[in-house]
Amino acid sequence: MLAIKLAFKNILGAGFRTILNISVLSFAFVVIIFYNGVLEGWNQQARRDTIEWEIGQGQLWHPDYDPLDFFSYQDAHAPLPEAVQAEVAAGQLTPILLTQASAFPQGRMQGVILKGIDPKQPILKIPTALLADQDGQTPALIGKRMAHAIKAKEGDQLLVRWRDKNGTFDALEVTISGIFDSNVPTIDAGQIWLPLERLQQMLSMPGEATYLVAREGFVPANAAPWVFKGQDFLLADLDTIIQSKKGASGIMYGLLLIIALLAIFDTQVLSIFRRQKEIGTYIALGMTRWQVVGIFTVEGATYSILAILLGALYGTPLLWYLAKVGWAMPSASQDMGISIAEKIYPVFGFGLILGTILLVVLSATVVSFLPARKIAKINPTDALKGKIQ
Amino acid sequence: MESIIQIDQLTKRFPVGAGEFTALKDIRLEFQKGEFTGFVGPSGSGKTTLLNIIGSLDTPTEGEVTVLGQSIAHLTHKQSAKLRNQHLGFIFQTYNLFPVYTVYENVEFALLLQHMPAAERHKAVLDALEWVGLTDKIKSRPDQLSGGEGQRVAIARAMVKRPAIMLADEPTANLDSKNSHHILQTMVRLNQELKTTFLFATHDEKVMGYLRRIISLEDGRVVKDEALAPQGQAGA
Ligand SMILES: Nc1ncnc2c1ncn2[C@@H]1O[C@H](COP(=O)(O)OP(=O)(O)O)[C@@H](O)[C@H]1O
Ligand SMILES: [Mg+2]
Repeated sequence: MLAIKLAFKNILGAGFRTILNISVLSFAFVVIIFYNGVLEGWNQQARRDTIEWEIGQGQLWHPDYDPLDFFSYQDAHAPLPEAVQAEVAAGQLTPILLTQASAFPQGRMQGVILKGIDPKQPILKIPTALLADQDGQTPALIGKRMAHAIKAKEGDQLLVRWRDKNGTFDALEVTISGIFDSNVPTIDAGQIWLPLERLQQMLSMPGEATYLVAREGFVPANAAPWVFKGQDFLLADLDTIIQSKKGASGIMYGLLLIIALLAIFDTQVLSIFRRQKEIGTYIALGMTRWQVVGIFTVEGATYSILAILLGALYGTPLLWYLAKVGWAMPSASQDMGISIAEKIYPVFGFGLILGTILLVVLSATVVSFLPARKIAKINPTDALKGKIQ
Repeated sequence: MESIIQIDQLTKRFPVGAGEFTALKDIRLEFQKGEFTGFVGPSGSGKTTLLNIIGSLDTPTEGEVTVLGQSIAHLTHKQSAKLRNQHLGFIFQTYNLFPVYTVYENVEFALLLQHMPAAERHKAVLDALEWVGLTDKIKSRPDQLSGGEGQRVAIARAMVKRPAIMLADEPTANLDSKNSHHILQTMVRLNQELKTTFLFATHDEKVMGYLRRIISLEDGRVVKDEALAPQGQAGA
């Protein structure tokens, strides 16, 4: 208690240096919360979007299906397993069939994936209702990235060519019946969505699917050899990318924090050197050396308390505002292959704030303690004479 | 009479470069409760070193120093801190007040260390400031005080816990004649009223005029130990 009171008086008496230390540390404090808040907001948005647009509550995969291996697509199809027929009928699972194909926008040839989905599916956010029958034409749905890549707009015709089950080439003009706007590139770039039955017919694979997407409440039952992939598995790539982003931004604000801590360390070293007589006097008045170490350590820790208070003062309105209006992501980050919105709404959780407070207080305490530790070894008579180097 | 400090064959050597420097050599002294005594001698004669050892801020190289029944050489850091906190008061040439504290808080400090209850503490601080005549400067900070006032605050800070022994190292060296006499008179009064033992290290003639026992040091040895009676009997 005495130490805290003394610490406040001492560092408030130290003027400019105090202001500098506290400002830099409070800036580091706010930046750490900001960065992590943006990443958390991104993480939450990306998970939510990926679940809503792509993976649902999990997917039941054909045993040969490997989304990263295009050559697997050729064999990764089969009639729906018996065990899940009822769930499909009840709308708990929706089948998706896919194949590699070529499209010919403006006479160029481009590799695409054709994906067949039930126009009435209630699970994914993809506006599949736009795939409903359109008198004889074949409706196709694409995302905004794909539309941009092939310079297509609604109503355009697009020639696609594919091989059916027997390896025979066939071709057809599809009509772009809708362009959807999703933050999830993996259901958009290079993909053309068609009505499931139409695609099954084109491929001569009636009743077949590559994977099924589950709706909330789906309980994975044994449908061997099909395998159920849960959200954790399907979101693992996303988690990895977010983690690596966390690491990268950690280095950045870590540097900022280190600068702030160095300033405190330096202040401590100087202050211990300049205040030798005071240290000697504390000991003469009956403090033990370790109590004096405590005074100086608390003093350094007090910087962090003041920095947090200052950070809260300007950080709260600032971060609150950002959480409300969102943070525009640089357009370069749009092509990362995982979901990222144009604007991210940072999420500043209680745990993040508390954790950052602890980090700042603990690290400031440690860098204050390191130089102060020296006091425990000093000779009080030398300190009183100001003779410590 | 009550003997409160015993020094037997005290020698203090400091390491200097590769060798050693003998700052005190074979000191034998005894002090009674209520003494008003000074160590005098030229600069470098060992006065401060002796005072520091009695104050348990330093330890003997050889010999035995016993203060209030405690052997200085054998105290742990904690024990010596407690001895200083409860029974010893220090006054320095440069006052050594805490610059960020008010006069009141400077004086209060030692009592906070003792965990004295607030009401009792408040009264003790006011009493101490009254002894030195500074009750009107309670809220001032050290840099707002004159030199004489600063040293009086230091006396109040040392006396507030009513220590058995006051150790004053050149307390008048930074003061003019008027202020020197003022604080010496204050200390004489406290010595008489509270029976506090005062030990000075000084080479100031003005201080010597108040002492009732003068111990002369030269090159770390006691060369003279004379009792005087300018203001009544020693140890009265
Ligand atoms: N820590 C130390 N290391 C080396 N020599 C010291 C130390 N402290 C005091 N001395 C020496 O001991 C002698 C006595 O010093 P001191 O007690 O301060 O004398 P005084 O107070 O009488 O002027 C001096 O010569 C001084 O240089
Ligand atoms: Mg001296």
